[in-house]
Amino acid sequence: MTEFLGPAEWTALGLSLKVAFWATLFSLPFGFAAAYALSRGRFWGRQALNIVVHLPLVMPPVVTGYLLLLGFGRTGPLGEAFEALFGLVFAFRWTGAALAAAIMGFPLMVRAIRLSLDAIDPGLEEAAQTLGAGRLAVLARVTLPLAMPGILAGAVLGFAKGMGEFGATITFVSNIPGQTQTLALQIDSLLEIPGGEPLALRLALVSIAIAAVALLVSEILAARSLRKRGA
Amino acid sequence: MLDVSLKTTLGAFRLEASFTAPAGITALFGPSGSGKTSVVRGIAGLLKCNHQQVTLNGRDLSRLPPNRRKLGYVFQDARLFPHMTVLRNLRFGGSTDEEQIIALLGLGPLLNRYPAALSGGEAQRVSLGRALMAGPELLLMDEPLSALDGVRKADVLPFLEALRDQANIPIIYVSHDMGEVARLAQHMVVMNEGRVVVEGPADAVLSDPAAVPFIGVRDAGAVLTGRVVGHADDGLTKIETDAGALWVPGAVGHAGGALRVRVPAQDIILSRSAPEGLSALNVLSVSITSLQAGHGPGVAVGLQAGGARLLARITKRSAQSMGLAVGDRIYAIVKTTAIAPGDIH
Repeated sequence: MTEFLGPAEWTALGLSLKVAFWATLFSLPFGFAAAYALSRGRFWGRQALNIVVHLPLVMPPVVTGYLLLLGFGRTGPLGEAFEALFGLVFAFRWTGAALAAAIMGFPLMVRAIRLSLDAIDPGLEEAAQTLGAGRLAVLARVTLPLAMPGILAGAVLGFAKGMGEFGATITFVSNIPGQTQTLALQIDSLLEIPGGEPLALRLALVSIAIAAVALLVSEILAARSLRKRGA
Repeated sequence: MLDVSLKTTLGAFRLEASFTAPAGITALFGPSGSGKTSVVRGIAGLLKCNHQQVTLNGRDLSRLPPNRRKLGYVFQDARLFPHMTVLRNLRFGGSTDEEQIIALLGLGPLLNRYPAALSGGEAQRVSLGRALMAGPELLLMDEPLSALDGVRKADVLPFLEALRDQANIPIIYVSHDMGEVARLAQHMVVMNEGRVVVEGPADAVLSDPAAVPFIGVRDAGAVLTGRVVGHADDGLTKIETDAGALWVPGAVGHAGGALRVRVPAQDIILSRSAPEGLSALNVLSVSITSLQAGHGPGVAVGLQAGGARLLARITKRSAQSMGLAVGDRIYAIVKTTAIAPGDIH
């Protein structure tokens, strides 16, 4: 054993980090908005939103991947729209892997953020209003900082989910080395070929380590924000 | 000057309240569940009402969101932001008169602490400072002292008095503690079951027999204002009030200083003839202005004593056997020791 991982494995690892990073970054604002609407909103269709948000958690990932293919494929209505508007193509690209990872991680992210929003005393937001803060100011100065531990936890969960996403990704963007072959997909490929198992095991160790570090980081950040409050 | 008119329903509860509050402290008094907090939330714009008309010094607040009403709201629970230090909490809404307010409320040593490290009294003082530093044109205080013990209350009350005498804005002060109300309020609004039942200057409301059923027989009693004449060697203080001279227990105030004394209605004894050989020191010559029988065994008797009004509560049986009638000249006897030290300010 000369090297712990081969060049193809390093590529897959880098790709996974990239996919998970962008998936988390782009889904975070939407995740917060959805969690805020579910926690604070009293509007018609709130239950419907709740179901839609949580569907990827309970649907077979292959179904999610297939729906993504129908919607965001080259000829899908949303795929065409994104290509025309932003020049953004999802089909069989790493961007598609990131989209799949974002969708699959979304329910976990929303749940974590919503829990922290539910725990905020609405009286604090009222107090901020009486002190002259408008809706946006209340959000920025009171709600967001108080929800920060939950937002961090949600981001970490989304990131970890993105690192390990398999079913929806392979269905939507296939398994193309260097383009859509993330860590999980490569582990799967290695298990298919004779003698690939030792390498697969090493990749598995790497993904476990990343997940563990991510969880540790989020715990530390959450504990720090609590300690600052002296709680 | 604040004009309020609110109408709404909250489940089975109907709120229909209108009143006017001048500058100074207006006490919103009533039993729990009478709608005091709902009224304050309505004024702040935090409670959606079917109908609301709130006018502050001619400025119509009714359609403004809470953040644009320029008011300060001190909640029963201090509601400090847990992620900010005391200083950042104080500055949340502005930094009007920052140094004076920090000094007046004694907040200097607390500025770098987080709310979790404050006692209840400290938190409430910070909350008050935070509301004041926003430079409000109206101050709403919803039982700000109810979470505090007696000692802490005594710490905060003098500041509220100073605030009342210095700030030239209307202050709505919700309370069900008659001691606080008698001490602080210049104006009074009494609520019962979602409605305003009595409203007016505190002195008039507190001496109005018709208000007794709503204020409660234990809390009813007029407030006399007077000047300290002097302190006697035996530990009593003589006060000259509009109702006549009054001896109160303890060496309170200083000669020439103004005092307010609450005389509980149930601690006044009425007599047809000038009493002789009686241990009570305070005998006031009064005339009956009104008699108000309650549902129970009591009668509230409104009395005119010199330039002041008093309120006595006696039994129906006594009123009958004495043959009391409006206009009668009688004597009111106030036992010196019945006046609690907490009722003299």
